[in-house]
Amino acid sequence: MNQSIHWTEDQPIVSIRDVHKSFGNLEVLKGVSMDIKKGEVVCIIGPSGSGKSTLIRCINALNDIQQGSILVEGLEVNDAGLNKLELRKKVGMVFQQYNLFPHKTALENIMMAPLKVLGQDKAEVEERAHSLLKKVRLEGKENSYPGELSGGQQQRVAIARSLAMNPDIMLFDEVTAALDPETVKEVLVTIKQLAEEGMTCILVTHEMGFANEVADMIYFTDKGVIVESGPPVTFFERASDPRTREFLSQSL
Amino acid sequence: MKTVITQSTDLPVLLKARTRIARPGDGPDARFFNARTLLWLLLGLSILLGVAEAQNGKESVITVLLKWTPLLFKGFMFNILISFMSMLVGTLTGAALGLMQISLLPPVRAGSWAVTQFFRNSPWLVLLFFAMFMLPFEFRIGDIRIPFPDWIKAVIGLSLPVMANVSEIVRGAIRSIPDGQWEASESLAFTRRQQLWSIILPQCYKRMLPPWMNLYAILTMATVLASIVGVSEVMTLAGQVSAAEGGRTDLLAPLYAYLLLWFFLYCYPISKLTQKLERRFAVKI
Repeated sequence: MNQSIHWTEDQPIVSIRDVHKSFGNLEVLKGVSMDIKKGEVVCIIGPSGSGKSTLIRCINALNDIQQGSILVEGLEVNDAGLNKLELRKKVGMVFQQYNLFPHKTALENIMMAPLKVLGQDKAEVEERAHSLLKKVRLEGKENSYPGELSGGQQQRVAIARSLAMNPDIMLFDEVTAALDPETVKEVLVTIKQLAEEGMTCILVTHEMGFANEVADMIYFTDKGVIVESGPPVTFFERASDPRTREFLSQSL
Repeated sequence: MKTVITQSTDLPVLLKARTRIARPGDGPDARFFNARTLLWLLLGLSILLGVAEAQNGKESVITVLLKWTPLLFKGFMFNILISFMSMLVGTLTGAALGLMQISLLPPVRAGSWAVTQFFRNSPWLVLLFFAMFMLPFEFRIGDIRIPFPDWIKAVIGLSLPVMANVSEIVRGAIRSIPDGQWEASESLAFTRRQQLWSIILPQCYKRMLPPWMNLYAILTMATVLASIVGVSEVMTLAGQVSAAEGGRTDLLAPLYAYLLLWFFLYCYPISKLTQKLERRFAVKI
């Protein structure tokens, strides 16, 4: 069975079409569509409960959808026969609560998935894990357990852990929401660096300044629909929808 | 001069507060507790001696107890053996049952849940009788007869409630791991089996150890139930010792107190260690 249709790099890397998602009777996504090109940085903003986290969790099938289509590099996510392993090798995800494995050191956290899931060579994986830690500026923390690291450090290890799988797309689900203001910056710098290297990033965030700075496209969601979208310049300066304007006036 | 000042004032004075505040789980002061235990032991011993002296003409209670100690000790070792075997069988089957309780297949989940609840909410003694009378006294495979002695049946009978409790310990420990651990490993493309064995369960062992040890101490104390179904463990032997000594009434209390002491000395360190581990893990997790 060939699940994925032929995909080339000039097509959207993630293509979301009319996605509906309900938890019981509560419909959280009511027909959302968006296209994300390779190398694009997309920020999804909006009030709490507007469905933005649910939307990105649907992209790597942590949540299933009831209706619509999500194509990731041509791979249909809304398919009972979906090869989740294939999908998750393409898509990395970082969470608000870091979710590092507390019984493993920083280095082991990064090495675990490539070793267990991909069965890669240990020496090679270890070398890559070291260079990833260096990339997120945590040299010297190889043997620290998550409990010994600050929130910002844990979150950077979590980013390195996702990168160890060599994903094409990174999902960030409010990754700075649980951090104190001083450490938010160190995580944002890491994400910005990734974006500059051409990684496709989809972020759910409340950091408007950051979104303005790094995003190629901003989507504003409210009550399960996309209210407004556009590049930062247009979005922040000429938002037309009253809901967007109200939200922006409250958060800026 | 300072004392005069503190005593002569009518104004409210801030006194130095006690610096050490009792924490939950502190328990009685260790030194005091040991001293008290020792005192009780000495008191008990002196009562025994007193009783022994009062019974002129007969053998003293101490002598009798010492005389039967090797036999009783053998019986006690049998209790320990039964507890080990039941714990082993109960832990292996219980762990499997506990894992079935978190299965993604609804029938497996429902079935294992029902079995767990049934055996967890049954009296241990009834389960023991059940095992005694439902299991055959021997197995026959062709012409070969494999005997199935009572003590093995007792092991099976006692392992049933252990199994059910271990099942709940395993399920509870797995459920206590935050959902984020499942989600993070899932998004890293781990299969469910890999998630369970390399992410979730390694974090569970610490949490499972204290309740598991606690269960073992309870099981050890419950092994004397096997005397009711005729296994010659320490309680049965104690009854026989009493009979052999002509049913001396002055012997009964010291005899059973002697056994209680053994069980106490065996189980108390386990429960103490359990508390210690619980406290240590509670801080770390």
